[in-house]
Amino acid sequence: MNDTTYTIPVGPVHPALKEPIELVLNVEGEKIVGVDVICSQVHRGIEWLGMNRNNTVQNIYLSERVCGICNVCHPYCMVMAVEDALGMEVPERANYIRTIVAELERIHSHLLWAGVAAHEIGFDTVFHYSWALREEIMDTIEYVTGNRVTKAIMMVGGVRRDIDKDRRERIEKAMEYYLQHFHKIEDIFLHDKTIKMRTRNTGILTKEDALKLCAVGPLARASGVKKDVRQDMPYGAYAELDMRAITPDMYTGEIVGDVYDRIIVRLLEVKQSVELIKGALENMPSGPILSEKNYVKLLSILKRAEGEGIGRVEAPRGEDIHYVRLEKGKESFLSWKIRAPTYNNVLPWIPMLLGGEIADVPIVAASTDPCMSCLNRVTVVDEDKNKKYEITKDYMHEQSLKKTRRLMRNE
Amino acid sequence: MNEIFEIFSAVVGTFVLGAFSILFGLSVKGIDRKISARMQWRIGSPLRQPFRDVRKLLLKESVLPKNAVSWIYNSSPVISLASLLTILLFIPIGSIPALLGGSGDIIVVLYLLIIPSIAIIIGGYSSGSPFSSVGAQREMVLLISYELPLAMVIFTLAWRLNILYPSYSALSFETFQKFPIWNSVSFLGFIGAGIFLIVILLVTTAELAKVPFDIPEAETEIAEGVYVEYSGRNYAMFYLADAVKIVVLSAIIIAIFFPYNLSPLLSQYYPVAPWLGYTIDILFFMFKTIIIAIIAMTFLRTSLARLKIDQIVKVYWFHLFTASLIAMILIALDTMGVF
Repeated sequence: MNDTTYTIPVGPVHPALKEPIELVLNVEGEKIVGVDVICSQVHRGIEWLGMNRNNTVQNIYLSERVCGICNVCHPYCMVMAVEDALGMEVPERANYIRTIVAELERIHSHLLWAGVAAHEIGFDTVFHYSWALREEIMDTIEYVTGNRVTKAIMMVGGVRRDIDKDRRERIEKAMEYYLQHFHKIEDIFLHDKTIKMRTRNTGILTKEDALKLCAVGPLARASGVKKDVRQDMPYGAYAELDMRAITPDMYTGEIVGDVYDRIIVRLLEVKQSVELIKGALENMPSGPILSEKNYVKLLSILKRAEGEGIGRVEAPRGEDIHYVRLEKGKESFLSWKIRAPTYNNVLPWIPMLLGGEIADVPIVAASTDPCMSCLNRVTVVDEDKNKKYEITKDYMHEQSLKKTRRLMRNE
Repeated sequence: MNEIFEIFSAVVGTFVLGAFSILFGLSVKGIDRKISARMQWRIGSPLRQPFRDVRKLLLKESVLPKNAVSWIYNSSPVISLASLLTILLFIPIGSIPALLGGSGDIIVVLYLLIIPSIAIIIGGYSSGSPFSSVGAQREMVLLISYELPLAMVIFTLAWRLNILYPSYSALSFETFQKFPIWNSVSFLGFIGAGIFLIVILLVTTAELAKVPFDIPEAETEIAEGVYVEYSGRNYAMFYLADAVKIVVLSAIIIAIFFPYNLSPLLSQYYPVAPWLGYTIDILFFMFKTIIIAIIAMTFLRTSLARLKIDQIVKVYWFHLFTASLIAMILIALDTMGVF
């Protein structure tokens, strides 16, 4: 650090960040020459509650509250892990309903993100417009699941609510609404000159960096990594719906890996979700929606169960993983580990921000659609800048082994 | 005796003008917020919201940051507001001539216009927060950016009028008032003046630091930047200064480009009492102010995203400078009588 550099703390509380995280920026004038990310500001001990207080069914509601926005993908992921541990089959219809609800969530999440991103570049009109368009999907979700935000539809071995004729019509109506209005959103975001000026060539993440830093979700896809759990390891009904990962070259013919590309990916995903939902509604088979209707019996099965399972779900922000281990005689999980997508997507902030300007920080940070309450802890070190603490690869490896042992309760 | 009366009327006039510009400025702010909200599919706050804001700010505690330079920190809001109120003394309002008008008042106004920005810069630096330092840097760059087109507009038009009417003082709003620019030029000059009008409207947006040129504040980037540490009474001063600035900048544009009044027109048809004439002209002035504020502020800030600092410098030094240069050449051609 020389005389011309000074430090700007962005966070833990800052208007650019919707949730607490701390970014320490070293700047020369407006140029960013050093970045450090300090996480773990909102550790809420959800995993601890799941391992010590609640039983498995109660954990579904707990996992729904890991994140306010991804409140389908976390419980979906968790029940998948539990079903994996139990070896339980899910009825076909339940898989379709899960898929539909997950895609409804993706539409609402991406539109919410679009509004936030517009606000970050000072374009409040677009913020209000996209949130007004989002109201339709929120109303649909409320009509279909009974709740506007936390949908409470997942259950071990199926779903709790069926999509009957009424609800189906409501969803179809909403999908028509979005197909009609899609060109409006597209026009605002992809053809507005000032939005393009602020987002083109801003916060570039190269394909190499995206692979090296294990970026997930729309962030990785915008950099040209064709990675999508729905395509790579299809769950639910995705295998039957012909799901393909979306990359920006489908729209513009080239991959830059900047914020603009991330906007393209998310907008195209909204359209894709609409098509997936329409396809799922058409192909939805009839049949039961739960494999074990008797909750008392289900709880006793869960109590007697032994084993471990993994759930992988493509959340709106990227790949979500839940690891669950059950032990005989224990009502709560023996161990539960959540790896939310933001955990992977915080690291790429550094290559994206270095060399940028202070004005880029909000939109670049927002372009990963960060969700801090999902992410629990991460340590980032810029080794070139000689920070006070330095974590080597060996040390990290040793720490991970320790943590794995602790999670396995083998220590 | 006469002198005493003059001084007395100037003092009373200053108070009246100050009160008028603050109240009117806050109302314009309210109108701006309402229109912007309607454009964004919102209902928006009531028109009196800015008054409530000021009342609340005046009741709040004014916090002094630990590492701030207190006397600079506390005086810069006052300087900012005071210099803006001073500018109003030089500008004719409606058909009322300027209180302190005279030769060369345009130069005084141009210098006084810089003072609020300088006060914000100094206040920002003295508050000792990294955010306000960045904000102050940005304000400085912004100031340097828009000064050039602004000076070009005013001096070219003054030069044109000076050549046409050499017996009048060129750099005075009175001359502009007497000979509206649109009537004094031919076709080419008309286009040139039109370009200048667009340039000065865009300069107004930056002077007011509104989106897309609100980089010194840039809420999501540097947390209101220069104002980040200001609170209570001090912030209320800045808030009032912002409101008065809208009136001042609109009044300058009106004085240069639209110095027309309604009362001479009306008196051709009806006999208009002098007090009624003044009232009508002031109301017409307020109407013009609101229109200019909506065009230069509300529409732009609602329909554009915030630009980055390098993009703003490019807009002013490249695009607007080129536009002003073309307009200057057009007016020069007009003066030489090419067409």
